Amino acid sequence: MINIEIDGIKIQTQNGATVIEAAHQAGITIPHFCYHKKLSIAANCRMCLVQVEKAPKPLPACATPVAEGMKVFTHSEQAVKAQKGVMEFLLVNHPLDCPICDQGGECMLQDMSVGYGGGHSRYHEEKRVVLGKDLGSLVSAEEMSRCINCTRCVRFLQEVAGQMELGQAFRGEHAEVMSFVSGTVNSELSGNIIDLCPVGALTSKPFRYKARSWELSRRRSVSAHDSLGSSLAVHTKNNRVLRVTPIENDDINECWLSDKDRFAYEGLNSADRLTKPMIKKDGQWQEVPWQVALEFAANGLRHLANGAGAEQVGALATANSTLEELYLLQKLMRGVGSDNVDFRLRQSDFSADGKQQGNNPHPNLPPVGEGANVSSLAGGEPRQFLPWLGMSIADIGKADRLLIVGSFLRKDHPLLAARIRRAVRKGAQANIIHSADDDLLMQVENKAIVAPDALVETLTQVSKAVAAKQSEGIAGSLLGGERVVVLLGNFAQQHPQSAQLQALAQQIAAATNGKFGFLGEAANSVGGYLAQATPGAKGLNAASMLAAPRKAYLLLNVEAELDCANPQQAVAAMQAADLVIAMSAYKHRATEYADVLLPVAPFTETSGTFISSEGRVQSFKGAVKPLGEARPAWKVLRVLGNLLKVDGFEFDTSEAVRDEAIGGMDIPAKLNNASQAATQSSILSPQSSGLQRVSDVPIYATDAVVRRSAPLQATADAVTPQAWLHSDELKKLGVQAGEIVKVSQGQGSVMLLAAADDKLPKGVVRVATGHAATAALGAMFGTISVERA
Amino acid sequence: MLSQQIITLIEKELKKYPADQRQSAVMAALRFVQDEKGWIAPEDMADIAVYLGMPQMAVFEVATFYHMYNLKPMGKYTLTVCTNLSCQLCGSGDTLEHLHKKLGISLGEVTVDGKYGIREGECMGACVDAPMFSINNKQLCGRLTNEKIDQILAELDKQ
Repeated sequence: MINIEIDGIKIQTQNGATVIEAAHQAGITIPHFCYHKKLSIAANCRMCLVQVEKAPKPLPACATPVAEGMKVFTHSEQAVKAQKGVMEFLLVNHPLDCPICDQGGECMLQDMSVGYGGGHSRYHEEKRVVLGKDLGSLVSAEEMSRCINCTRCVRFLQEVAGQMELGQAFRGEHAEVMSFVSGTVNSELSGNIIDLCPVGALTSKPFRYKARSWELSRRRSVSAHDSLGSSLAVHTKNNRVLRVTPIENDDINECWLSDKDRFAYEGLNSADRLTKPMIKKDGQWQEVPWQVALEFAANGLRHLANGAGAEQVGALATANSTLEELYLLQKLMRGVGSDNVDFRLRQSDFSADGKQQGNNPHPNLPPVGEGANVSSLAGGEPRQFLPWLGMSIADIGKADRLLIVGSFLRKDHPLLAARIRRAVRKGAQANIIHSADDDLLMQVENKAIVAPDALVETLTQVSKAVAAKQSEGIAGSLLGGERVVVLLGNFAQQHPQSAQLQALAQQIAAATNGKFGFLGEAANSVGGYLAQATPGAKGLNAASMLAAPRKAYLLLNVEAELDCANPQQAVAAMQAADLVIAMSAYKHRATEYADVLLPVAPFTETSGTFISSEGRVQSFKGAVKPLGEARPAWKVLRVLGNLLKVDGFEFDTSEAVRDEAIGGMDIPAKLNNASQAATQSSILSPQSSGLQRVSDVPIYATDAVVRRSAPLQATADAVTPQAWLHSDELKKLGVQAGEIVKVSQGQGSVMLLAAADDKLPKGVVRVATGHAATAALGAMFGTISVERA
Repeated sequence: MLSQQIITLIEKELKKYPADQRQSAVMAALRFVQDEKGWIAPEDMADIAVYLGMPQMAVFEVATFYHMYNLKPMGKYTLTVCTNLSCQLCGSGDTLEHLHKKLGISLGEVTVDGKYGIREGECMGACVDAPMFSINNKQLCGRLTNEKIDQILAELDKQ
């Protein structure tokens, strides 16, 4: 520790800290623009000049390391004179167009110029003009004359997002921040440069000219679009969500937000919002009052349950529904006598279900993660399999060796990828086992890119190599670490042999003294389990409910052709059903197969709870009133429960539902990644002919709100899916990249553009799911054929 | 695509730096491209970026920072005229005017036949010989008078 004095206050600080850090620790403000605690130090704005005793001239506080006995004066005459001088220079070329600038009211330059700027300018010459840039549909760079060249955006994209998409070109007076040959910024974290920009040079394009910052009400909320549970603020005006910004939370999202979380709100008020309950009568959709629609739904359900049997009713929900919604959905189903309820719509291997962890049948398996300690594994209460992250999000950043199995990491978990990227920059080693080799924008130590049917074999070999203490490859990397983390991604969890992958990954983590966990797919991937929205012993899971069609379905937020593992099968099951009750925020393809549409509120219009991947319970309130006649789904389910005379449906608030669902529950003790070893079945038998499908859910196709956000759909990540093949495979088919091919699976086929990706393994074709263009296809895994169109 | 000749030159340059610091050769690589084709196109910068394993934008930053790199075709012979103080006091204005009369082009322009281009340059550190220009950043010509300029241009015409 080092003793210094700032403005007469004695401070103890760490050796190697900078003056500005020490000052912030002590609560002393030093004006600054280019300095940001999460970015490297540039020291180019010079705003943080301070006086240091015995130094001949003012020093930049952000780039001056503390030294024993140092005396710093941040507000002395010399310091303030320097700061005012810098401010005058910064304003020389600044257009001072605050009245028409979106940043007005929340602008560092504006705020700081109140304190340090002059009342009038001594500069009467021409100001420099920097032409606006087109950086894509999310970030507006129309007024680059406002830029003060602090390079925060450049450093963020380089250091945190991993790719230097912006840079400072030219020199001196001509210096300007721009992209290479007018390219757009395609990072999935690009929105953060809007927050970072201390002036109005980079602003939010969708929010442009919508409101002034002081007119907005901020409501705290939780991200509904991935499993991280990012803290965010929903800004509203006139009962409309106008923008979303991050709330700093070092344990989860730090001060960042992924573009998906930031811009999804644009989908909230899309034209196809369902605002009135509707019933299909004689093939025609009619708007009806709530009472009519609810009675119709309840009567239909009662009729079917009494006639065909309650087991003919199935309920499906998406994993981004709230805990309360999922809890009431399963309670309703169980109330009418059906055990068919599930929220794991893209999962295909359910063999871990119902297998309980009793008297630790695997002496090899160590305690896994924080939730499962030895005593709880070794005996006592049998514990259900409840996959979770297996560690805290912060732990992932502290890992020194990582093995990530089956994950489109950057697109599925953008902020987690950024955390891992930082760990790798600091010397951690990332190892990848996957069926596609997308650029993670970080150094990958070892990777094994194999076809989906070879994943188990590959992981088995790694497991054996770890057991044999091999010093090379993935095993060697993992064995060389002290804080090993093994993670199963979405792809691995959706894989038909996911239970085997899980068992193997767990063995590897055990043998390397590491932590093991699942990267959750959606906001409530853990909450769904805790809400008991999974089938019991006699119930059917999501896949079986569609494989063996039910006579009635209750859908919560589900778009059958986009949210399910096998869209073809899902749509067929819906079309064959006698009764489909769709609770949805949007009018979507359900109009083709549903009988009643109940408008429910998306996450900004309802109170609720998400339980993130790491088991963090986060409740939130609605930010705005529901649109039109839409109502929170928990209220709709409550009334349905009342109409069906199910006991225990007297809830007045969502909090009451939450308390019944998880009140008093020891959640960490419930989280349990250990399950009995999977049966060694080869579900994906290697096929001699045909190609295997590798499918990802594109980043902006994951849920209903995101799919309707126009700015997100205009990004490079949202292009129509293509059929990606190794160029050797293309040659075999006699197809050139860029030509249209016919991709067929089961009874359906679609026309897609063929594209070459030589990093893919041979024998596979990568076709995304979750998109209308591929909704006619079948399962996410399995045989698929490609031919010339 | 970088020519084999350029790659050979870059490889030679790379030997001067540690193996994990390949981007150190970026300035040399840009120079080789310019020597070969007279200017550096964005595609060349992208190729260099790939070859040296650095971001395209970082190559662009370097290429735009130094004024010796031509970002557009500047003729077979690029005459970079110093317009800094010493040269200006010694008559670089007359030099430019004479060049304009002879070649019909001003600063930043190229003759129609693509033979000559004129660029504005910064101090070349040889003010004793002011006014001056350089030919393709390689050959310095000082103590310029109209006669001397005519002579230099005549010689270049012969080549």
